[in-house]
Amino acid sequence: MPSNSPSGQTHYVAELEDTPVAAVDRLDESQKARSTWADAWDSMRRRPSFWISSVLILLIVVVALFPSLFAQTAPDACDLGNSNDGPAAGHPLGFTRQGCDVYSRIVFGTQASITVGLLATMLVTLFGVIIGALAGFYGGLLDALVSRIGDIFFAVPTVLGAIVLMSVLPVRTPVTIAVVLSIFAWPQIARIMRGAVLSARNSDYVTASIALGVSNSKILLRHVIPNSLAPVIVIATVSLGTFIVAEATLSFLGIGLGSDVMSWGNDIGQAQTSIRTSPQVLLYPAAALSITVLSFLMLGDVLRDALDPAARARR
Amino acid sequence: MLWYTGKRLLQMIPVFFGATFLIYFMVFSLPGDPIAALYGDRTPSPGVIAQIRAQYYLDQPLLVQYFHYMVGFFQGDLGTTYSGRPVSEVMASAFPVTARLAMLALIFEAFAGVLVGLIAGLRKGKLFDASALVVSLLLISVPTFVIGFVLQFVFGVQLGWARTTVSGEAPLNELILPALVLASVSFAYIVRLTRASVSDNLNADFVRTATAKGLSRPRVVTVHVLRNSLVPVVTFLGVDLGSLMVGAIVTEGIFNINGVGGTVYKAIKLGEGPTVVSFIAVMVVIFVLANLLVDLLYAALDPRIRYAK
Repeated sequence: MPSNSPSGQTHYVAELEDTPVAAVDRLDESQKARSTWADAWDSMRRRPSFWISSVLILLIVVVALFPSLFAQTAPDACDLGNSNDGPAAGHPLGFTRQGCDVYSRIVFGTQASITVGLLATMLVTLFGVIIGALAGFYGGLLDALVSRIGDIFFAVPTVLGAIVLMSVLPVRTPVTIAVVLSIFAWPQIARIMRGAVLSARNSDYVTASIALGVSNSKILLRHVIPNSLAPVIVIATVSLGTFIVAEATLSFLGIGLGSDVMSWGNDIGQAQTSIRTSPQVLLYPAAALSITVLSFLMLGDVLRDALDPAARARR
Repeated sequence: MLWYTGKRLLQMIPVFFGATFLIYFMVFSLPGDPIAALYGDRTPSPGVIAQIRAQYYLDQPLLVQYFHYMVGFFQGDLGTTYSGRPVSEVMASAFPVTARLAMLALIFEAFAGVLVGLIAGLRKGKLFDASALVVSLLLISVPTFVIGFVLQFVFGVQLGWARTTVSGEAPLNELILPALVLASVSFAYIVRLTRASVSDNLNADFVRTATAKGLSRPRVVTVHVLRNSLVPVVTFLGVDLGSLMVGAIVTEGIFNINGVGGTVYKAIKLGEGPTVVSFIAVMVVIFVLANLLVDLLYAALDPRIRYAK
């Protein structure tokens, strides 16, 4: 739109639609701003690995909850005459050394692994988030004390500590294993949460809340914690997989779940004697375990990419 | 640098005592009789019970017990095994084997891991990168003992390329297969870590500057990208020592290697609590010391840490 100034020179002024002002004008204040989670969802749903891992996890959880829907043969209906036999009609994966149906044992063993993984992750996340948030938000002596105690627990590698505790504990249920694993694993989540809370505490919206006179506890619960959870959720998803591996390792060593409990770790451990004659007895439960862990690792990867704006831009 | 080293050393003291006390506390203050718990299903003879009571000062308060244990620890008395042999003696004879195995595994995971990670990071989004990512995820999700069984079965039994169990002296060539098993999970983590930090560093200002001033591509990659990408890898190697120790217990158990891990494996299987506890306490101490070393190395690699106070 040429216009003539008094000096006679011609100026070119951009149309309003072409300037940054237009973008600001177009903002509809009645609509809520998109949250991190909405952005993350948009990025996640375009990735095949998100759908593959979610469907697998959903399936595994349903199997863990209702195993009898998926296996017709009872896992404890064993016939020694079938010891280490290959696949037969109605028994697609063959038989264990005790003559039990491998497929049915895998289906019924899902529950133990998933229980340990979920419970340990919930305990670690709950404890880590509370400790990390309080330490990061209030700082000072509390922070120093909690961080040093965390350092001590962090100095004992999780599975090594679990080996010591499990070899003196008389009770070996999924709950005890989950508790033992979380005793040594919480500092990781607490450290990450503390870091996230530290940076959230210095943000503009927290300063604004303080200026408005909002109480400390309300700022912590309403603003700081919800805005610091993203990295914790990523690590928690990945650790769910590593807890399942840890349980299997302990069961393999003979100090995990009791031998009467049906679990993938126990089955793999018991199958080691027959690997030369019938490797399927070891490989199928191992495959079930690995697919489960892989699903959680994949989901963790997708979440990491989706929740980190910098990573989203890089992709 | 001196300031940093001093600070780190001071911070390590409470962690050292805290971690050893934690293990001690867990074993000896659980509800019930610690001696019965340590021996699992068996009942030791009254003589053994009395000896253990005296040895661990069990009739005195926990802190006094711990104090006596630590005094002994610093005098080189690391406890005794189930059969009464001093842990330090078993350690001395088993350690060289484990050290050889760990060195082999470390060389493999560090060199192969950094190399694969570097190539994947340089070719992000290409076929090599995609397959490296898939393989690393698979290696992480399959437990070490399954990898061990499968490799032992394929290479030892079916192909006959390697011995399924390692002989007493554990020569290097027999340790190659166990070392690959031990290194597999850490290899996967190092690939992922190197790849991520290489692809980040490729966009860094210092790399653009290096390219702009006319350095050749190989020089930019090796001197500027790679060196800076190694910092997180070195930190990881310290933390990873913990999983390497667990891996050694499993791997040495599977391949029947007479190392530290194999000794712990047999003790766990036989329910010999005192041996397990003494050995793992020593392992945790090694872990804490190794992480101190890594912290110092970290400072040497990254000048930003060296000069920061």
